[in-house]
Amino acid sequence: MLGIDDPYVLMAYLGAISMAVIGIIYGLVRRNAARDEVTPEDRLWALDEKKVDDDF
Amino acid sequence: MTGHSSVGWVDIVVILAYLFATGYLGWLGYRGTRSAADFLVGGRSAHPIIMAVSYGATFISTAAIVGFGGVAGVFGMSLLWLTVLNIGFGILIAFIFLGEPTRRLGHHLGAHTFPELLGQRYQSRGIQIFAGALIFLFMPLYSAAVMTGGSIFAATQFGIDFEVALLIFALITAAYVIPGGIKAVMYTDTLQGFIMVFAMIVLLIFTYMSLGGITEAHRALTDMADLVPAPLAQMGHRGWTAMPAFGWGAPTYDLWWTVITALVLGVGIGVLAQPQLVVRFMTVRSRRELDRAVPIGAVFILLMVGTPFVVGSLSNAWFAQNGPLLQGKVVEVIDADKDRALVELMQKNESGTWTAILNPKTQAPARAPMIIGERSSAQDGDGATFELVAGRSIAATYTKGDADKIIPAFIMAAMPRWFGIIFFLALLAAAMSTMSSQFHTIGTAAGRDLYERISDKGHSREPSILVMRLAILVGLIIAVTISYTVRQEYVIARFTAIFFGLCAASFLPAYIGGLVSKRVTRAGALASMTVGMSVSLFWLLLIKAREASAIGLVQWVTDGKTSLLADYPNWPSVDPIIIALPAAVLTLILVSAVTRPPDAAHLRRCFPD
Repeated sequence: MLGIDDPYVLMAYLGAISMAVIGIIYGLVRRNAARDEVTPEDRLWALDEKKVDDDF
Repeated sequence: MTGHSSVGWVDIVVILAYLFATGYLGWLGYRGTRSAADFLVGGRSAHPIIMAVSYGATFISTAAIVGFGGVAGVFGMSLLWLTVLNIGFGILIAFIFLGEPTRRLGHHLGAHTFPELLGQRYQSRGIQIFAGALIFLFMPLYSAAVMTGGSIFAATQFGIDFEVALLIFALITAAYVIPGGIKAVMYTDTLQGFIMVFAMIVLLIFTYMSLGGITEAHRALTDMADLVPAPLAQMGHRGWTAMPAFGWGAPTYDLWWTVITALVLGVGIGVLAQPQLVVRFMTVRSRRELDRAVPIGAVFILLMVGTPFVVGSLSNAWFAQNGPLLQGKVVEVIDADKDRALVELMQKNESGTWTAILNPKTQAPARAPMIIGERSSAQDGDGATFELVAGRSIAATYTKGDADKIIPAFIMAAMPRWFGIIFFLALLAAAMSTMSSQFHTIGTAAGRDLYERISDKGHSREPSILVMRLAILVGLIIAVTISYTVRQEYVIARFTAIFFGLCAASFLPAYIGGLVSKRVTRAGALASMTVGMSVSLFWLLLIKAREASAIGLVQWVTDGKTSLLADYPNWPSVDPIIIALPAAVLTLILVSAVTRPPDAAHLRRCFPD
């Protein structure tokens, strides 16, 4: 199949593509599934991170 | 090699235009929202494409494209298992299972670096210092791999010496990294990511088209299995579209153990514990943003690592069909029907007679498998008449056996001139986006994790900022020195594999254990990290023949052997990760089981939900 006789290499070739397809399907299915919330703790963390970056 | 290697004014203009565009985006970034943290501060969300491509651009470097692509040119498509693992572990498992727990733990504990995350999770200054020291000491090895990859391509493409290319590459990197590029400017990373995507798509399509299509290209490569050079065949190489021979206890299985344990598992699993990638999860706004980045990230990695591995392998078919003609004398017939033979390569000297080309390593006449196209009569240096054959060979013949030069040589010989410039920009982009993260990690490891922790400076920023800058400069000098001095077989892929494997064995058990288990203890984590690192280094110094013999300690200990286990086939080819990672996991479990559980109040802080 596809000019590759070794089933394990063919599996890797198709497996890499399949992994990407799984990623696409996952992203589409979960697109809005999780909550999108920024907590005060998240914001505090980001402010500290930004301060370190700015100093740098 | 034939080609068109020189630097033209168009090349210089295009490269400068790219550097200005990068600089302009960076400058724009200074004036507004630039990093993931800025988006978070502003309560807004970075577009999932920007987040995923920015992450991917950090993940993928010239090491993957030039180094591992070249290794695929020698070992073949079995390396595609690394693509499977890179997407499976590096995107799916990392984003779906580790991203959110890392983000939440980092924010609960106020951690900003990977060592700080581990140190805070286990309430251990020692763990933070240990992790910071390991990163500071060994990250330059990975940076050197990235630099070597870019420099080899520039040297081949523009026909300049490697040393000159390395110097230019180092100066461009320094100019980008030291003043401001280290700030994770997401738009810059994204521009670099898009250039990489464009280059890889063009490269993949062109390669398949030039070989007659997908199936035809693979079939041509499959039919070349009898051209595998004898030294590789003796290690278990069975063709570029076949897995190496699998088994244990004979040298004919060495290649399987090298490809699968060192290159596929070492790098494939190691990506989960890459400090510069783990911290990216902490800058993400929410779980939803992580979910949305998965598709883009998966496709990006497929293109970035799948393409070089396929193209590297197929370069053998392209050179066998279209490469420059080589001449020589038949030494051994491989297949009379297909007119394939092992040929002693020859060149015509000034007096019009033919002399053998010497192998630079062995000083013996160079031999190569050849598909013969022409036969004629010629005279050798002694005046004797012989049958001169002309034909084409596999990719490694054209690069004198240097795997790291296969992708550059293929681009120069097979692709249009304009694409060489685009590809150089893609490599420059891949190197800059990765190196900015690498040196940022080196800087924070030295300043925040080592200097502040050792001197217990807490949050007094000024001195540690100076330490960070100095550390970046030192790291850059070390990386350039390594690139300059170490030029061995597929060194780019090996340096990358060493660093990834070391990170996996040292950090992965403590990192994942700290995310998912409340029972893992400080002693367990520290013991696991110590065992993982010690076993890895022991294996690299004394067991794994290729690395151990290059370092030299093992010859001194054993009176000239290349491994302590040199008399036991396959052991010297096994990567440290196979021994060190299980040992580290076992240590984590056993030591945690017999030591006092962590403080309940601290665990509530780590896992408030």
